[in-house]
Amino acid sequence: MRDAVARFVHDGDTVVIEGFTHLICFAAGHEIIRQRRRDLTLARLTPDLIYDQMIAAGCARKLVFSWAGNPGVGSLHAFRRALEGKSAGGGGLEIEEYSHFGMVARFSAGAARLPFWPLRNYMGTDLPTANPRIRSVTCPYTGEVLATVPALNPGVTIVHAQRADAAGNTQMWGLLGVQQEAAFASARVIVVVEELVEEDVIRSDPNRTVIPGMIVSAVVVEPWGAHPSYAQGYYDRDNDFYVAWEGVSRDPDKLARYLEEFVYGVPDRAGYMNKQPHLAARLKAKARLSQGVNYGF
Amino acid sequence: MAAVAARELRDGEVVFVGIGLPNLACNLARATHAPNLVLIYESGAVGASPSRLPVSIGDPALVTGSLMVCGMADVFQLFLQNGQINVGFLGGAQVDRYGNINTTVIGRYERPTVRLPGSGGAAEIAVHAQRTLIVAKLNPRAFPERVDFVTSPGQQCGGRGRRELGMPGAGPVKVITDKGVLEADATTGEMVLAALYPGVTADDVQKGVGWPLTRRPRLGAIAPPSATELRLLRDVLDPKGLFLKSKGDGKTE
Repeated sequence: MRDAVARFVHDGDTVVIEGFTHLICFAAGHEIIRQRRRDLTLARLTPDLIYDQMIAAGCARKLVFSWAGNPGVGSLHAFRRALEGKSAGGGGLEIEEYSHFGMVARFSAGAARLPFWPLRNYMGTDLPTANPRIRSVTCPYTGEVLATVPALNPGVTIVHAQRADAAGNTQMWGLLGVQQEAAFASARVIVVVEELVEEDVIRSDPNRTVIPGMIVSAVVVEPWGAHPSYAQGYYDRDNDFYVAWEGVSRDPDKLARYLEEFVYGVPDRAGYMNKQPHLAARLKAKARLSQGVNYGF
Repeated sequence: MAAVAARELRDGEVVFVGIGLPNLACNLARATHAPNLVLIYESGAVGASPSRLPVSIGDPALVTGSLMVCGMADVFQLFLQNGQINVGFLGGAQVDRYGNINTTVIGRYERPTVRLPGSGGAAEIAVHAQRTLIVAKLNPRAFPERVDFVTSPGQQCGGRGRRELGMPGAGPVKVITDKGVLEADATTGEMVLAALYPGVTADDVQKGVGWPLTRRPRLGAIAPPSATELRLLRDVLDPKGLFLKSKGDGKTE
């Protein structure tokens, strides 16, 4: 992870660590914080706790997003502090805001190497006023006016997944978010996996491959790399951590102490897990195997 | 509120589910009068059948045993924009006279007093779902005459109606509150008082609304939750009380 971030994540980059609730690569976010990357444009649908931490750590110049809360709990307080009246100017975080469909469409355009994506949306809302990059186009076939969003082509996208082979052929299951579109839209792709497997395993179930090795710049093997997010079939979401984050992120001192202890204070994800030996037993997934299919002919 | 919301759902409908109370309402409906309700979550779970109460909209329990799991581009394009969604649930910090919802900012956008999470999928659900149900607790600050920011469009925005603006869905047809139910007036699009919970007066509802509330000539009486509904909500669907908080007076939200 250290080498992959050092080599592929640069100051000033647009960085996407995707994953919708599922497979959010906290290990990569922590390594970016440890390597003190600066002036990043952080983009993802739901900034989640990982971008709250990266904002607090001073990595972000700009945030591109569609829902900035702590899912099922409340607020991202480092994000709020950077924007709300009492500290305006202090945080200096620039934002560019869409809805989920808008962000998904941006990645779809980026992945297809188109300049924009049309969608039937935003009529009657104030979002295009807040974000002038949401525009419109008149359909050349029907004359209908459709909303448009510009392509998003990140410098680097970091995708967490259950497994990949050494060449970066990556398989995931469960909630897929926009991981595939974000990877194809990106100039560089880092894949972080729970398990490295032989190519045979990938070839035994090709429909499950979401990202092909040809677009992958680096493969990092990092078990538990998504915690407190989760990996279906490997470990559950640490909902207690998400609830506790409300209290931590609300208080800048507590947040700084958290980063000191669990990010700067450990060399890597193994060190992070060693500090919390109870996690594995509490969150390890129970078996619920699929029936499998016959790929024969 | 969960029981009242559940009764709005018809068997066989396809519902775009939010977390919290809408999720409870949908699972209550499935356990009672609408066993064939199809639950779709924006995270990509289609026909979900969660064996535990999902804490977040991306809970792994939504995946296990669902009919289909797809990427989010498919959720928004193949299901929502395609017109497959019958009902969408929405909530928010502010709901106004025409059912416009604000989940973005309190105050000015550039320098907000309170920065809220933003749209998520709400804006497009409000545009595309064939009808939406708004669930929100009454409070004059939460029900201003006009929202500070329109995140999700209601029945009328800047004097223009939904059809004129080109929105496919019918928009918010009802606002389910903790004291009564408001309905969109078919002509004006205004949210008017239509029905009351037991023991609640129209004046009680007015106290929680920031505009002079029009009242239907004949107000409906909402039946309290049945013993079955209460048992399912308290003992089966939310046994830990994650979303249902007892108010200490024997009532459950």
